[in-house]
Amino acid sequence: MPLLEAKHITHRFDGLCAVDDFNFTLAPHELVGIIGPNGAGKTTLFNLITGVYRATEGTIQFSGKEIVGQTPHQINKLGIARTFQNIRLFKELTVLDNVRIAYYGKIIYSPLEALLHIGRFRAEEKRIAGMAMELLIIFKLDDLANVAAGSLPYGLQRKLEIARALATEPKLLLLDEPAAGMNPNEIISLMEFIGWIRKTFSVTIILIEHQMRLVMGICERLVVLDFGATIAEGLPAQIQNNPKVMEAYLGEEVKI
Amino acid sequence: MDKFTTTYSQLLTRWHTLTAHRFFWPVFILAGLLFSIAAARLEILDQYVQLILIYVGINIILTVSLNLINGYMGEFSVGHAGFMAIGAYIASILTVSVFPQASVNFLFPVAILTGGIGAALIGFLVAIPSFKTRGDYLAIVTLAFGMIVKSCLENIDAVGGPRGFLGMDKLTTLPWVFFWTVLSVWVIRNLVYSKFGRGVLSIREDEIAASLMSVNTRQVKIIAFVVSSFFAGIAGGLFAHALQFINPRMFDILKSTDILIMVYLGGIASIAGSILGAIIYTILLEILRPMGVWRMVLMPLMLVLLMIYRPRGIMGLREAKMFVPLRDLILVKILRQKKKEATDASA
Repeated sequence: MPLLEAKHITHRFDGLCAVDDFNFTLAPHELVGIIGPNGAGKTTLFNLITGVYRATEGTIQFSGKEIVGQTPHQINKLGIARTFQNIRLFKELTVLDNVRIAYYGKIIYSPLEALLHIGRFRAEEKRIAGMAMELLIIFKLDDLANVAAGSLPYGLQRKLEIARALATEPKLLLLDEPAAGMNPNEIISLMEFIGWIRKTFSVTIILIEHQMRLVMGICERLVVLDFGATIAEGLPAQIQNNPKVMEAYLGEEVKI
Repeated sequence: MDKFTTTYSQLLTRWHTLTAHRFFWPVFILAGLLFSIAAARLEILDQYVQLILIYVGINIILTVSLNLINGYMGEFSVGHAGFMAIGAYIASILTVSVFPQASVNFLFPVAILTGGIGAALIGFLVAIPSFKTRGDYLAIVTLAFGMIVKSCLENIDAVGGPRGFLGMDKLTTLPWVFFWTVLSVWVIRNLVYSKFGRGVLSIREDEIAASLMSVNTRQVKIIAFVVSSFFAGIAGGLFAHALQFINPRMFDILKSTDILIMVYLGGIASIAGSILGAIIYTILLEILRPMGVWRMVLMPLMLVLLMIYRPRGIMGLREAKMFVPLRDLILVKILRQKKKEATDASA
């Protein structure tokens, strides 16, 4: 059974068709890259999968369950987590709290127990604090646990955002331009980092990226979007020489 | 100057050690309760000072509870006086018309509690439109809510209509106010330092990111609104039985503005700030009373200055250590210690 199956996904913003009849299947443990020029509908696609937007038409099934129409936190509970193109951490809160918030769905106590700090409250808080710290130790962010997330350097903010997404224990991780603003050296270490995450947390990953070096290096399969429609799909090597893709990125060849 | 700062930091350290002691709060509460009973019974403080302290307590409850919505959650509610009115009227009707006159003293807490629950139920209803709206729109919804409450009360003859409602005994005494103030501060602090409190904060920081990180934003908003309006209702009940007279105009937009001023004066997202804001504002208004109408000029002027020089209020986004649960205060230290032990064991 495919992990994620999108059929005939179409999304319109008033007149503009941001995603147009998108079809996609994802097997467990794949690492797929979605590329395409600016405004091709890549991030809209992520927003549709995670429930930020509701698809105008079509169905998306995640491990056999229909997710169109579900709220973001319900979809997250099923096992989809994501990061954002422009980092969206809880900037005023500490690194530890950023991760602890992502355990919201995993903490089991009632509002009454929270209001009076009774019952399961203490044990659950202790358990979650421990889990959050373990995750921070894995990501080598534990020394910064008490620091406000907004004051971290850019690279660490990216790292924390991935850690926060993984705290929700996803089966599918969506990374939206993780290499944005990174130099070639940082991209190489990011490639290793993504591979390591995939192995350590055994997650399936979909990656949106502009940096060809990154997608060509680690993705097993690529999907190319342009104006909301899939124009090519296949192995990185095939995509590289696809005339349609070159056209989308560089423009049509002009015969003189 | 140097000497001053070192003395200050020394005093602060001593204060932190004192407040972190596990008997600090029990002793503080017991002492406060005994003092307030003594003040009320033995007339250590004269009636006027007692009344001001009662208002301080009521305002602390109002400020801490509104801060949950406006400070911690970062929404903008201007209808707090509406919830207060509901609590005030329910509690007053109970003590005047429903409860037998002989046992009204015993049943006073029940009346206050019922007022709080009534306000909480209405708060639940107001929470629903707030799922769809944020910021300015929520302000409009709550503004409308405040007006609806006021005009409803003005048109119900059974509770006196615009003339108001009277006949309450002076049941709000200093010990009761102290009890309810401590309770509300404690409960709201507990909420803030729980997963729901972190959810409230995450809504302020980035609602979409929060919902994608498993936070059930709908649930969090309901809980915050219900708890906030519950304590506004409690404060309303206490207020009605301190003044022994209420009318709908007391709970109009100006009253909500008063509470907003206390929240932003003390500082958003801070319990210590809310308490400071309520104390300073209430006492300042009393001190400036001889100025008559001019204090209504001076107060806004002070607010303008505050917004220029300290836009986040006195304690904005910071919390006094005494209100942070000890567990959270030393959490990172404990966790680091554990990590160190683990690495030592493996080495």
